[in-house]
Amino acid sequence: MLKDIYAEQIAKIFAKYPDKRSAIMPLLYLAQEHYGYVSPEGIDEVAELCEIDPTQVKSIAGFYTMYRETPKGKYWLQVCTDLPCALVGADKFHHDLLDYLGIEEGGTTPDGLFTVEHVMCLAACDRAPMLQCNFRYVENLDMEKMKALIEQWRAEAAQSQADGGA
Amino acid sequence: MPNIILRDQDIPGIGTYEVYVQHGGYEGLRKALSLSPKEVIAIVKESNLRGRGGAGFSTGMKWSFVPDVDGPKYVVVNADESEPGTFKDRQILEKNTQQLIEGALICAYAIQATAIYIYVRGEFWDIGFQLEREIEKARAAGWIGQHIGGSNWSCEVYVHWGAGAYICGEESAMLNSIEGKLGQPRVRPPFPAVSGLYGRPTVINNVETLANVPPILVNGAAWYKSIGTEKSPGPKIFCMSGHIAKPGNYELPLGKTFRELIERAGGVRDGKRLKAILPSGASGPLLPGTDKVLDTPLTYEDVAALGSTLGSASVIILDEDTDMVWAAYKMIKFFRHESCGKCTPCREGTYWLEQRLKAIYERKATRADVELIESVAKQMQGKSLCALGDFATSPVLSALKYWRDEFYAYVEPAKPAAKAPARKAAPVAMAGD
Ligand SMILES: Cc1cc2nc3c(=O)[nH]c(=O)nc-3n(C[C@H](O)[C@H](O)[C@H](O)COP(=O)(O)O)c2cc1C
Ligand code: SF4
Ligand code: FES
Repeated sequence: MLKDIYAEQIAKIFAKYPDKRSAIMPLLYLAQEHYGYVSPEGIDEVAELCEIDPTQVKSIAGFYTMYRETPKGKYWLQVCTDLPCALVGADKFHHDLLDYLGIEEGGTTPDGLFTVEHVMCLAACDRAPMLQCNFRYVENLDMEKMKALIEQWRAEAAQSQADGGA
Repeated sequence: MPNIILRDQDIPGIGTYEVYVQHGGYEGLRKALSLSPKEVIAIVKESNLRGRGGAGFSTGMKWSFVPDVDGPKYVVVNADESEPGTFKDRQILEKNTQQLIEGALICAYAIQATAIYIYVRGEFWDIGFQLEREIEKARAAGWIGQHIGGSNWSCEVYVHWGAGAYICGEESAMLNSIEGKLGQPRVRPPFPAVSGLYGRPTVINNVETLANVPPILVNGAAWYKSIGTEKSPGPKIFCMSGHIAKPGNYELPLGKTFRELIERAGGVRDGKRLKAILPSGASGPLLPGTDKVLDTPLTYEDVAALGSTLGSASVIILDEDTDMVWAAYKMIKFFRHESCGKCTPCREGTYWLEQRLKAIYERKATRADVELIESVAKQMQGKSLCALGDFATSPVLSALKYWRDEFYAYVEPAKPAAKAPARKAAPVAMAGD
């Protein structure tokens, strides 16, 4: 249960706002961290903590793009293909990446490692092509650098598997 | 001239408390605390600082609307930065963090706010934590918390992360978002100055706006007005992206020309010719790259006189090879995706614009579709609750205004004289197609 595992963080979150409802967004991030996505249990627990109806929490989760409503790959790659990035090759980069991984837009590789999605401007237009990998910015990319990164992430994943991690 | 806002380009590490105080940090707040809140507002008003979030409204005026009442009052810092082509607030948040915190505190003192919420876009995940660490340092130094600087004013500072929604950059949607409601704009009046966050008086300011405040307090309004022009004083950050040789942020006094700005950023990429400029991301009308435009001073009023807006000054450069139908389609995709769906004209209008532009771009449309997108866009104007409904019309209307033939060339049987730029060797499908 979130309220046991994250007791201290949850207390800090509630202390920030005069109203319990305001904690929905930060608590949804906690639920996502814990369950890997905003799972039905996660929604119910956030609703209980904020003392509001789960359907309302669900509608908040659905309103924003950063809450995942389904599980994603271990490396969630969000490629910016908005106009400024696209002017300097982001669409091509996005397609080359999909081809390299052998998946369609929004898809996940069969090994569960990589999900690729295109997203709107991430405020890094001067460092295109770029993407966000699990909330971290990776900038000034080309396919050569990307291939090296993918190899590195594959190795990391294999290592953490060998270490008995998830 | 040393930078006033992008000080990190001159002084490495200025974003941290330790370095910041070695370079005059918190002298602005110290000065403010020696004055009455009303005197602080008067200085900011006198400086004629105008909001850097897009609308260019007088900051001092905005602060003066807050009623002098007891009970909670709030400052909300707009760090949602999501306009395509905008990445200036990110640099301030990352590299000149303390100047923003100090500016927000001066604002809070001026309106006697009890708390500051810094709304960072969710994607600025790590930046938000870095901000929290700097907030803690300022608290340890006595600038945040109870009886700040020995005064009887107390104020807290919190970071709130958004979660990926452009509309939450609109100030009233932002308030709903912090309150844990759907991030959709509110009907006004009441205005936030009177009834904002949790129904309490609230000032919402952009990151760059607030970063201007400490130097104004330290050096005075007259100094500030000596930079830039009379109606648009001060320094401004210009975000340069697209077909530009040296993309990035550039700080210039307001009133320099587009030509000077583009030269500063190394000119158009690969020695190409300039075709068009988007002066304020996707939200302001396109301008053609003519001498008249290039020689226009970058001020709120001069860019408005050209029929566009300076907005947040996210300048996207489009070179001679740019396909304007494609560019308009890209921008409409953005607005269709970001429309919050609350008003019918915006929700339905962006949907239809995207549909028909897609058909045009795929050469599956007719001339009537070109007229149709124009009429849909015109019908959307002025009919929506927030400015997004109007922003969404500008890519279509401005592209049609200057490059109408390119649209026609897409819908007519290919003729040798057709003007649509030839698609490059292997056309790359657009994301999401
Ligand atoms: C759709 C929409 C998106 C906006 N996004 C932002 C934004 O990301 N950052 C920002 O500072 N202002 C944004 N604004 C403007 C804010 O509503 C508001 O005017 C601004 O934060 C006020 O601060 P200022 O007076 O310091 O400029 C947006 C407005 C609209 C209509
Ligand atoms: S104009 Fe569009 S974005 Fe703004 S409130 Fe209406 S539907 Fe939402
Ligand atoms: S357009 Fe890609 S980060 Fe701005």
